[in-house]
Amino acid sequence: MEILGLLIPVSLGLGGLGLVAFIWSLRGRQYEDPKGDAARILSSEWDDRPKP
Amino acid sequence: MTDATLHDHDARLSACPACDAAPLAQRIAGAQGGQGDVVLSLPTIHCAVCITDVERELNRHPGVREARVNLTLRRVTVDAPGMSAEELIPLVESIGYEAHELDPAALSASAADRQGRDILMRIGVAGFAMMNIMILSVAVWSGAEDATRDMFHWISGAIALPTVAFAGQPFFASAWRALRHGRLGMDVPISLALILASAISVYETVQSGHHAYFDAAVMLCFFLLIGRYLDYRTRAVARSAAEELTALEVPRAFRVTAQGDEPVPVAELAPGDLIRIRPGARVPADGEITEGRSEIDRSLLTGESIPVAAAPGLSLSAGEVNLTGPLVMRVTAAGRDSSLARLTALVAAAESARGHYTGLADRASRLYSPLVHLLAFCSFLGWYFATRDLRLALNVAAAVLIITCPCALGLAVPAVVTAASGRLFRRGMLIKDGSALERLAEVDAVVFDKTGTLTMGVPQLVSLDPIPAAARPVALALAQGSSHPLSQALTQALRDAGTEAAALADLREVPGHGISGTWQGREVRLGRADWLGADHGDARLSASWLSLGQEAGQGAPIRLEFSDRLRPGAEACVAQILGSGRRVMLLSGDAAPVVQDLAQRLGIAEWRAGVTPVEKADTLREMRRQGLHPLMVGDGLNDTAALTEAHVSISPASALDAARTASDMVLMGSDLAPVAEALVLARQARARIKENFSISLIYNIVAVPIAIAGFATPLMAALAMSLSSISVTLNALRLR
Repeated sequence: MEILGLLIPVSLGLGGLGLVAFIWSLRGRQYEDPKGDAARILSSEWDDRPKP
Repeated sequence: MTDATLHDHDARLSACPACDAAPLAQRIAGAQGGQGDVVLSLPTIHCAVCITDVERELNRHPGVREARVNLTLRRVTVDAPGMSAEELIPLVESIGYEAHELDPAALSASAADRQGRDILMRIGVAGFAMMNIMILSVAVWSGAEDATRDMFHWISGAIALPTVAFAGQPFFASAWRALRHGRLGMDVPISLALILASAISVYETVQSGHHAYFDAAVMLCFFLLIGRYLDYRTRAVARSAAEELTALEVPRAFRVTAQGDEPVPVAELAPGDLIRIRPGARVPADGEITEGRSEIDRSLLTGESIPVAAAPGLSLSAGEVNLTGPLVMRVTAAGRDSSLARLTALVAAAESARGHYTGLADRASRLYSPLVHLLAFCSFLGWYFATRDLRLALNVAAAVLIITCPCALGLAVPAVVTAASGRLFRRGMLIKDGSALERLAEVDAVVFDKTGTLTMGVPQLVSLDPIPAAARPVALALAQGSSHPLSQALTQALRDAGTEAAALADLREVPGHGISGTWQGREVRLGRADWLGADHGDARLSASWLSLGQEAGQGAPIRLEFSDRLRPGAEACVAQILGSGRRVMLLSGDAAPVVQDLAQRLGIAEWRAGVTPVEKADTLREMRRQGLHPLMVGDGLNDTAALTEAHVSISPASALDAARTASDMVLMGSDLAPVAEALVLARQARARIKENFSISLIYNIVAVPIAIAGFATPLMAALAMSLSSISVTLNALRLR
């Protein structure tokens, strides 16, 4: 059962990582225009170099 | 839900909707400066190419710093210091996209966004905490013992307590508000269950007990927050679309000064100012004509469909539309003193009389909250006196509260309303008020306005027959030269008949009278009866007259009759409503013959003509006093008070700002058919909400006796909660 000492922190850490990623995406206003983002990925305009 | 209704109630008491709508200009005047962004509405964009096209075109312009398209809202935000919308719109239109200026001050998106992000954040936190606690709880349910179980409980508690404290805040806050008003909303039992479940679990963990309800507490938060978010989304979508409608009308007036005309916000007009009103523009304030001749369309104010001749000395009211010639007007009353504001006061009076509508959810929670508290308290007392074991009694009481907790109830209404309003939105109907759908389901009588609602408010030529074939090219050439609605209707009819325009010389428009020209050496005219020396005769139809010159022996001028075109879908809509056994009534400010004609065409037996705005409102009030639930469909300022007085109200998007604000729903397209569909869908939605209540009731009937008997386990609570929530949501989705 010693393995629990390792597994529990690992699982909590991974969960926490997901939560941090979610909060980061929310703060970054990634849910403002879901339709537009879905369409923008199809455009090849900035495929070669990033948008300045 | 209680939260929502509380807010709605406050908002409704604090301000009348038309009061908010009428002085829009003042808000703009106050909010200008600071923001340099121009927002354009792009109703036709739909794909990746559209986004790239618009952004590339705008970014190429040297004055533009950045342009960003939002496809979800169909808008583009342009950061172009010093550039106005008038300069940017042609850029977008040059590549084939329709663009309209939006007033950034009327779009209060940022505050609403923050609220949405706040709920999403809480859902995220509750969701991640729930998953982690579930992993630990599965171990406990499958038989972890002693020290391992205690450790798992401690870790669960360490995750759950901060989560409940953070994610449960909306419930605690609204429960506190409800308690302060001396009421028991749905959120009081929710908050109590959250607090009691967490407290008892901490106590059990300290005592190394078998059962802890940490997972149930967090799961409760998670599901209820989803219900809250759906509720918020529905209202946010409707609000942003309604705001967009308002923002489309940027109220500006042209003040005549020594240096020429200067555009000013309508709010800055003062009595005594001279303003120029271009043909096709709406009169921005009350006043008197000092210069110019034209015709005035009063249909939005009075319902009259025939334009009135305008000459110096005639009084104009805000909201009327100038048709043919440019006018200069001296302002006599602006802003709060104008006739528009006086009608607004009428609306405010009707608004305060309507009071607060109690929705199904409110009624359910009124019945439900005391019952749940009583049940939990009785089981606590029963177990305490039977066993004298305080810990056991508290455990049972907590289990009862958790099992009965209105997870499904919290989702039952928002899920159905979201599904139903989403479907109506796709059909072009916008729900502005949360309880409008429920009120629509109760409707047993429908009252229509005529001009602009059942009809388009746009004239149509009755028949081409009176015009001899030889005269048609002349008529077309004359009609083409004018922007008057009757001329445009004539142009349309002649073009459809395949007529080619004749060559005319000296074409000139005489504002307020008509248009004249020279054809084969004779003067030809198209215009009002008195100008052509004819008698107007029967007032049933709008008419225009065509004179081909007396010398050629053509005789008297030819009378051309126009009728108002029916709105598409109007016939089907009225027929469907009549077929469903509801009363249909037509109230119009227009003249009796016109109204009678339309009522007979649509098969409406009850109609009244020449009705004033006050009489309209009185009729609606009388119907309500008789116990009817009338739906009012109208578009004009003269309907505004009646729209507010009705049980529920709909206005088309072409309606005046004040009328749209006063109504509960807005019809986005020109088709009237969604009105009848909405009535059917509202009934379906109400049935679905009741089904959802029954589903959650069945879960409770099965689970509560088990909880009271003391057999409930955390596993059972988790199962009952998720099963009931999911089945309720699936049932709601059947509406889509």
